[in-house]
Amino acid sequence: MTQLRRPDECGVPDPMQYMHPVLKKNYGKWKYHDRPRPGVLHHVALSGDEVWTVKAGTQRQMDIFTIRKLADIADQFAEGFIRFTVRSNVEFMVSSAAKVQPLLDKLAAEGFPVGGTGNSVTMISHTQGWLHCDIPGTDASGVVKSLMDDLHAEFIREEMPNRVKITTSCCEINCGGQGDIAINIQHTKPPIINHDLVAGTCERPAVVSRCPVAAIRPALVNGKPSLEVDEKKCVCCGACFPPCPPMQINDPVHTKIAIWVGGKHSSTRSKPMLHKLVAAGIPNNPPRWPEASAIVRNILRAYKEDARAWERMGEWVERIGWPRFFELTGLPFTKYHVDDWRGSRGSLNASAQVRI
Amino acid sequence: MPRKMPETPLLDQLESGPWPSFVSGLKRLAQAEDKPYADYMKSLLGQLEHSYQTRKGYWKGGTVGVFGYGAGIIPRFSEVADKFPESSEFHTIRIMPAPGMHYTTELLRQMCDIWERHGSGLVAFHGQSGDIMFQGCTTEKVQPAWDEFNALGFDMGGAGAGVRTSVSCVGAARCEQSCYDEARAMRSVLNNFLDDIHRPSLPYKMKFKFAGCANDCANATQRADFAVIGTWKGDMQVDQAEVVNFVNKVGRKGMIDQVIRLCPTNALSLNDDDTLDVDNKSCVRCMHCLNVMTKALTPGTERGICILAGGKRTLKIGDLLGTVIVPFMKMESDEDYEALVDLCQRMLDFFAENALEHERLGEMIDRIGLVAFLEGLELDLDPNMVSHPRTNPYVRMDGWDEEVKKWQARKADAAE
Ligand code: HEM
Ligand code: SF4
Ligand code: SF4
Ligand code: SF4
Ligand code: SF4
Repeated sequence: MTQLRRPDECGVPDPMQYMHPVLKKNYGKWKYHDRPRPGVLHHVALSGDEVWTVKAGTQRQMDIFTIRKLADIADQFAEGFIRFTVRSNVEFMVSSAAKVQPLLDKLAAEGFPVGGTGNSVTMISHTQGWLHCDIPGTDASGVVKSLMDDLHAEFIREEMPNRVKITTSCCEINCGGQGDIAINIQHTKPPIINHDLVAGTCERPAVVSRCPVAAIRPALVNGKPSLEVDEKKCVCCGACFPPCPPMQINDPVHTKIAIWVGGKHSSTRSKPMLHKLVAAGIPNNPPRWPEASAIVRNILRAYKEDARAWERMGEWVERIGWPRFFELTGLPFTKYHVDDWRGSRGSLNASAQVRI
Repeated sequence: MPRKMPETPLLDQLESGPWPSFVSGLKRLAQAEDKPYADYMKSLLGQLEHSYQTRKGYWKGGTVGVFGYGAGIIPRFSEVADKFPESSEFHTIRIMPAPGMHYTTELLRQMCDIWERHGSGLVAFHGQSGDIMFQGCTTEKVQPAWDEFNALGFDMGGAGAGVRTSVSCVGAARCEQSCYDEARAMRSVLNNFLDDIHRPSLPYKMKFKFAGCANDCANATQRADFAVIGTWKGDMQVDQAEVVNFVNKVGRKGMIDQVIRLCPTNALSLNDDDTLDVDNKSCVRCMHCLNVMTKALTPGTERGICILAGGKRTLKIGDLLGTVIVPFMKMESDEDYEALVDLCQRMLDFFAENALEHERLGEMIDRIGLVAFLEGLELDLDPNMVSHPRTNPYVRMDGWDEEVKKWQARKADAAE
């Protein structure tokens, strides 16, 4: 038997060895930047050095042929360096303005959309979905591909009031982030339990403690130790499913999509905000999710028409108020929009300020 | 006999349209008949189409690892292996990239070559957790693939109840707003916790993220238990000649609408001669005016970080945003970076001892109260930590005089 190799616990590598030389030379010494056109950034260092960055969209889940193609493009047109953004856009850096146009032409010829800068709708950040997760209610790559096809014109232009960051999540509670628009799974029925498998697969106390509303209790079903759910209490969140796969929460019909708006991480102008529910009951409809896409585009239309320069989605709604948001988008306002979770009183209007 | 390409009528519809198609990429891999992964990926395409047809996922977890580490491989076994046998094992290897996600083309090609030899040829640059996700590997090939990535100078990312892979913004490498060396801070902190990344034994996951300023391009505020955000102390730098140029370009109304009136604390005023009056004491370093006037305005010279703790996604008590636990910490000298690592270590130790099983940092702080957390970490209380003081009298206050003395002693120290 061959000797197993001990890992070299080398940790996070030093970025300097992989960094474009102009970035490396001017590290921490940048003066300002501007955007000559959508998809292109121009940074000027205190030293007077300049660098142009061309940003393009990718499919994120990339085959090695695509990655090698990006490497070829970087070698021929961009000085041999690449970086990725947290939203899986690819960035090529060049040290002269003359190199920008040939790079843009090459990216266009190879089918990589250039954009995602400034006040555009940038790449949707997404999760794993049916391709790879063990609990997903929908796919992620497919939702994003469909939406980005539909939003392509807004990716390559900078015509929104401010940047728009969209996120998706293929379950209700885990990996999705806050976004100007969030497209998330929302289950609508309690889990269906396969009682034959619970005892053999699930650590029952751990599952009981996972439920946010204490709806699960241990029970004997058909003489076997299992779990039961108080369906009056259950909020259909799916938190019991990862620790106990026999508590099947995913359903081809009852697993729906909900859309949330106004989330924001930055502390810029307004404080960071959590996104708020605006639409639900949307069918989980592969391969192109047309119903979800139509609602997203409708919200973006209203935002684009009505928001002021620099207003993020959530800031726009705070200014115009929720009545006007529902009016401008034509979306219904239902009892499900009124929060009843802990701390929810803070989301009620404790004033005589009304918009009528 | 080689497998035939599966029928994928639903996935085929994701090949059209202007955005690059992941389905076309999967097909390129499945049709690379001379490669070891061709049949593997045909099978994978078949399973994915099956998910699209039935609207259900078919992966389950399991236990797969590499020698010496307790985490970093995400195991996936197919529940429909009878129909799609070749891709019955489709594990992900999480690898930590360099901060800022910089690559030479040579490095990318080396990674592709390794993944061509051992894996599926499918890679995500990057998972939102910050890892390069090499997706699709059999149990048998996990170790040889890992050995080669490791030999290239890369280490495995986190998973489970441990310290997770981190993310930083591009920051100092190419951004004038950067207020500290994000890459250095990230590497100093993460590389101090390699044992907690590779052998997870915390109550639950712990995520650090690093952004160079309040724009938070790293999405740290809500997505990290411990968010490090660049900021500055004292006055911002103003180039008044550039301010005048800006006003000439956009007009007074443009200046007022886009800059002055959007300052959240009304710290800005336009002077009669079109220069800018900044009330630096009221400025909350939100970055708005600096973003709009990149040439004219620059962060101040005394730079450092603000730390927010407790951000997380829904499970279990609902989404939480991080809140301030350190309003300002200078981040310039070697000692400053060491002090940050030291603080992170104290935080992690406190979390390990006090959090309940499966409780995130924000939930723990919610349960024990911010003050107990600060005392545990020996951090000074500061009014920057609250939106406003308490609004209810339900608290026992017989320690008032002592607390006042503490506050006064701290103020006297600071004045020295
Ligand atoms: C079955 C368990 C889980 C698996 C397999 C899993 C897997 C993943 C993966 C693969 C990513 C990267 C997503 C991508 O970019 O494709 C991710 C990100 C993330 N996960 Fe999970 N996850 C799980 C559970 C959770 C839970 C329980 C939470 C929160 C309580 C959570 C919160 C997050 C968040 C916030 C991210 C975004 C990345 C970040 O900014 O840190 N996940 N997870
Ligand atoms: S969001 Fe949920 S379903 Fe999607 S990858 Fe994360 S844990 Fe899996
Ligand atoms: S779906 Fe959520 S609320 Fe319902 S039983 Fe499971 S964990 Fe509890
Ligand atoms: S967070 Fe600030 S420093 Fe970092 S890249 Fe964004 S704007 Fe630049
Ligand atoms: S940084 Fe923000 S708070 Fe400070 S002056 Fe500019 S707009 Fe106002």
